[in-house]
Amino acid sequence: MPERKVRILVAKPGLDGHDRGAKVVARALRDAGFEVIYTGLHQTPEQIVATAVQEDVDVIGLSILSGTQMIVFPRILELLREQGAGHITVIGGGTMLPKEMRELKAMGVAELWGVDSSIQEIVDWLRQKFAT
Amino acid sequence: MFDPKKLEAIRRGLRAWEESELTAFQARRPERKRSFTTLSGREVRRLYTAADLEDFDYAEKLGYPGQYPFTRGPYPTMYRAQPWTMRQIAGFGTARATNERLQFLIAQGQTGLSVDFDMPTLMGYDSDDPRAAGEVGREGVAVDTLADMEELFLGIDLGSISVSMTINPTAWILLAMYVALAEKWGIAKEKLSGTVQNDIIKEFTAQKEWIYPVKPSLRIVRDSIIYSVHHLPRYNPVNISGYHIREAGSTAVQEAAFTLAAGIAYVEEVRKTGLDVDAFAPRLSFYFISHSDFFEEIAKFRAARRVWAKIMKERFGARKPESMRLRFHCQTAGSSLTAVQPLNNVARTAYQAMAAVLGGSQSLHTNGMDEALAIPSEDAMKLALRTQQILLEETGVAHSIDPLGGSYLVEALTDQTEKEIWGYLERIDGMGGTVAALERNFFQQEIADSAYTYQVAKEKGEKTVVGVNRYREPESEDPPIPLHSVDPRTEQLQKERLARVKRERDSARVLKLLNELRDVARTDENLMPITVECVRAHASLGEIVNALKDVFGLYREPIVF
Repeated sequence: MPERKVRILVAKPGLDGHDRGAKVVARALRDAGFEVIYTGLHQTPEQIVATAVQEDVDVIGLSILSGTQMIVFPRILELLREQGAGHITVIGGGTMLPKEMRELKAMGVAELWGVDSSIQEIVDWLRQKFAT
Repeated sequence: MFDPKKLEAIRRGLRAWEESELTAFQARRPERKRSFTTLSGREVRRLYTAADLEDFDYAEKLGYPGQYPFTRGPYPTMYRAQPWTMRQIAGFGTARATNERLQFLIAQGQTGLSVDFDMPTLMGYDSDDPRAAGEVGREGVAVDTLADMEELFLGIDLGSISVSMTINPTAWILLAMYVALAEKWGIAKEKLSGTVQNDIIKEFTAQKEWIYPVKPSLRIVRDSIIYSVHHLPRYNPVNISGYHIREAGSTAVQEAAFTLAAGIAYVEEVRKTGLDVDAFAPRLSFYFISHSDFFEEIAKFRAARRVWAKIMKERFGARKPESMRLRFHCQTAGSSLTAVQPLNNVARTAYQAMAAVLGGSQSLHTNGMDEALAIPSEDAMKLALRTQQILLEETGVAHSIDPLGGSYLVEALTDQTEKEIWGYLERIDGMGGTVAALERNFFQQEIADSAYTYQVAKEKGEKTVVGVNRYREPESEDPPIPLHSVDPRTEQLQKERLARVKRERDSARVLKLLNELRDVARTDENLMPITVECVRAHASLGEIVNALKDVFGLYREPIVF
């Protein structure tokens, strides 16, 4: 039986339209053999979590360049717990400070990447995490 | 332009040089790379000579500044009479907070104003809308009603300074507020100068701020252009933008080509109403990025001017030179800035600013060194402005017009860029025009492909980013520069303010006017006059947007990556 591919939901929360990073990452992950679903823009945390649960994903990757990370990540984690989906790995990237990244990881975000990161780092991290 | 015999001698000389001197030298010291490419991935050769400009006809290709085809510049004297407008963008928090920043920038010698709005304002949500939660005043200033607009510009003479507003799907409402404010303050509409960005096509292709479907969105742009023609003779009702296309990952040629394609669509849209092209084309303005690849960018600006002049003259039959001259604002490249070693961004921005000036920009924003980390601090903005002042007043690059005109490399690159732009425009026409291409996701797919190609090249180390893939340093725990932080009270203050305005206004009248707005939207009449009445009565931005959602519906995004 073929092994199920790791499913990743790439999501853009909030009203911000900067989707270059989300799209480049989505494409790189697809090319690396992951199954990628991209939400499109302007999603609320509720919509993102609903999609994640419905699509039975393993990972949610949030792209945030609007400075709302300290609001959006905790809300996503909270909604996942409420819906019994705390097993879903939450990762993300965008414009955020090292201090904010530390705080978010302490809250339960598995990994974060800044704007200068390479997509290879993300692919490597996911491969290691899911041993693919 | 060159004597064929002399050209032949140059070619012979070049071959001889390659075979002797060059070959011998390369045997001792090979070149650093097998090929040298621009930021957009085009190969640049070792040496350019007159032989590269074989059919170069001076009058046809260049002409004189302020004359067709405007390659050398849109005005006869350029910076000798009118230095470019130093226009640093500002926008965060409440209107009062942004007003303080605007006043600070004026005090530092800035010569034009530019305002950024927060995401809810850009997307048509009031500050008290649940969709606005967490985003009020964060990436720009929050404006809900005329009262905010009044506070935003308090103490600033709108009759003498030009104001650019970065706003798109809701641009017509902000323009209406600007007009209503000028009326309230007794400033003649004829004196208002500035710009609303109002370029909805590049929103669908690149920046992704939209509300209504494509057709009614274009109608809104059309209405604001026509309203300005009749009421705001000094105002630019649209700023056709390549900046966001490039930031979304396009190449330099795609940036120029897609921007001009949008310009064509707007001209067609307004001409359908029967308005003569020369009545409105002089008020169309443009906005490009000035990215890191110095000569590629300068060639892009020059080629864009030449192509637009030809489009206006040959395709649209414009007769006035003002209709053919492309005027543009420029911003240095936000996406070229790095979060690591942020002081390096000062150097990047300075080179990019110089390219904008050598390319003949009319107006310039230089990015703050901290923009990969946060909204720019006051100090970062001051340094960025000083960078422009040094450029104008110390380097001497603005003394002579189009100083790189005649450079073999720059002219060859300009010609090549022009040719590639025409190639795209023909493809777009072949698809049925800009709107048809947009509906087929042509632009979105092209941009996504280029963004991916660039990212891969960067990761392979083919493209160097200093501090990121070369000359790295151990990462410090926290940024080495002080950053701007968002005032946490903003959202609450803004909600209270909106509630107060709603309490104090005549709400029955607002409801009546919003119904009239819906009625006008159902006809083909101009939306601007009734919108001015709505904002004057303190209808909020969100109320106006929602009223038209009832009539126009919503845009649905196609997912392309």
